Amino acid sequence: MYRYDEFDRDFVAARVVEFGDQVARRLSGELTEDQFRPLRLMNGVYLQLHAYMLRIAIPYGTLNARQMRKLAHIARTYDHGYGHFTTRQNLQFNWPALKDMPAILAELAGVEMHAIQTSGNCIRNVTADHFAGAAADEAADPRPYAEILRQWSSAHPEFSYLPRKFKVAVTGAARDRAAIRFHDIGLQLKKNVAGETGFAVFVGGGQGRTPIIAVKARDFLPERDLLAYMTAILRVYNLEGRRDNKYKARIKILVSETGADEIIRRVEAEFEMLKDGALALPDADIAAIQAYFAPPAFIERPGGVALVRQARLDDRGFSAWLERNVTTHKHPDHAIVTISLKGVGEVPGDATAEQMDAVADLAERFGHDEIRVSHEQNLVLPHVARADLPAIYKGLKTAGLATANAGLATDIIACPGLDYCALANARAIPVAQDLSTRLAARQDDIGDLKIKISGCINACGHHHIGHIGILGVEKKGGELYQLTLGGSADENAAIGEIVGRGFGPEEIAGAVETAIDVYLAHRLSPGETFIDAYRRLGATSFREALYGSAAAAA
Amino acid sequence: MQVLTANRLIDGEAVWLAADHSWTDTIDAADIARDANAAQRLADIGEASRRANAVVDVNLIDIDLIAGRIAPKRLRERIRASGPTNRPDLGKQARPLAAIAA
Repeated sequence: MYRYDEFDRDFVAARVVEFGDQVARRLSGELTEDQFRPLRLMNGVYLQLHAYMLRIAIPYGTLNARQMRKLAHIARTYDHGYGHFTTRQNLQFNWPALKDMPAILAELAGVEMHAIQTSGNCIRNVTADHFAGAAADEAADPRPYAEILRQWSSAHPEFSYLPRKFKVAVTGAARDRAAIRFHDIGLQLKKNVAGETGFAVFVGGGQGRTPIIAVKARDFLPERDLLAYMTAILRVYNLEGRRDNKYKARIKILVSETGADEIIRRVEAEFEMLKDGALALPDADIAAIQAYFAPPAFIERPGGVALVRQARLDDRGFSAWLERNVTTHKHPDHAIVTISLKGVGEVPGDATAEQMDAVADLAERFGHDEIRVSHEQNLVLPHVARADLPAIYKGLKTAGLATANAGLATDIIACPGLDYCALANARAIPVAQDLSTRLAARQDDIGDLKIKISGCINACGHHHIGHIGILGVEKKGGELYQLTLGGSADENAAIGEIVGRGFGPEEIAGAVETAIDVYLAHRLSPGETFIDAYRRLGATSFREALYGSAAAAA
Repeated sequence: MQVLTANRLIDGEAVWLAADHSWTDTIDAADIARDANAAQRLADIGEASRRANAVVDVNLIDIDLIAGRIAPKRLRERIRASGPTNRPDLGKQARPLAAIAA
């Protein structure tokens, strides 16, 4: 894992002191709210419905046991004993007091964490494939490059006042687990025919009120050119992105209004001037960062296969969990464990302080001290021996974290919605809880299905890219839920289509069940997933079942 | 009918303006404006309090009186007055002087 050097430590420590002073001046009245607001946002502090909210960065979703325990400690000491893992691999506390923020940030700095650039019109926390460094299918670990981008983008003087926020995601595998085509810039690490490392570069993707799939700017950008090319894109965006209308200020609007070819031409022209200059990444620098992310020393544990086989025979619960929540690791005696934060009827992404501690203990005992946060609001132990899986399952079960539902219908993404968020128009959490309870019994039969729920058009709950997406809106003082079908966040990126009029809060779960029933009735075999069936069938039969045949014909 | 709401600066707690010009943390104790003049009077007091850095995000909200209790018209404000609907153990609804359920 990356460890802070002297520069990082000083930078974060200086920020804690600076923000502590700003909070003190705000509380004394020396700063007005108008003056303070941009300062608090630069440090991840929002004001929500019931209290302030603090969004803590978990760079590329990687943390160790000590850091997780610190989050648990903060949850207990300054909050109500829990935290919320988000779709940007961050952690949000829902109840901290403004007066406690300096103390919380000081605690975080003690474990090399912070809340810098988790808000504001800057380059946000860089996200990455949550299986990075462990997945059998990756070309290389994307996190060293995410770390290079973190260092480059932190308090970057040219890019601290962009037209709007800017999100970057990196993956090292062709199979996209990081939704890179729905980011301002998405990077896919790959090897060319000569075996050299580089990136496919996607630009101009995003969700929100105008969902757009990113266009490919480069099929192969050599790794040494990463920062020069990023700078070229950001520079074109910073100069030409709209500042007159915040709803049209993201780079996706610039790309679609100007035309992808023209924007790429301008980026390439800018890049020509920058390449081979000070921004070129020397091999030695890349290697130095890569050294921090060197895989742990995997010990051969060939006994795991037999042990796991016996445990499956002994315990059906373990067997189901193994099938859903354990993924192939690049080392044959090892595995990747997805820890579901989606127990039946629970709040997606919420974890109690006790659960955080339990995960930290398991990571330390069995997982080379590594934990990941996934954008699907689950946790991951990326490196565990197969022989330890039964013990890990037991530990997770004790902590209430052994739900065997990764990728199933109850593995729902939901934003905090109107239960917490000042921007929300409708609740998302209770809809997720209701659906989870209704679908739990038959989710194994339904198979792979991604349901994603947002409480407003900003789409933190990724509704546009759910196989089934739900968007909550406010209508006549009440909640109304729009249903979208056919979205997909992966390499076969698609934006879901709205199938018809919205549903009331009492109807939406039933509508989702209706859509699922259509799928079950029409699938060619249990092997044909919901999204595959939807792509084959189109919207008509779903629309007919949801609204009647007259509506389907309209 | 309207009441004036805000969030307390120091901890973000949702508060409402009471008849004695203090900020109360239960909506039941809020002072009700029954006409535009009364609403303006609340807003003026709130603005002074905002300038004195006691509160932020000061807003007049529409309410009904249901069985004698203040009920905000918007769900958002009902949730602010009670707490997260999925966590009855948190927020004002968890306290002895519970506000109305959302």
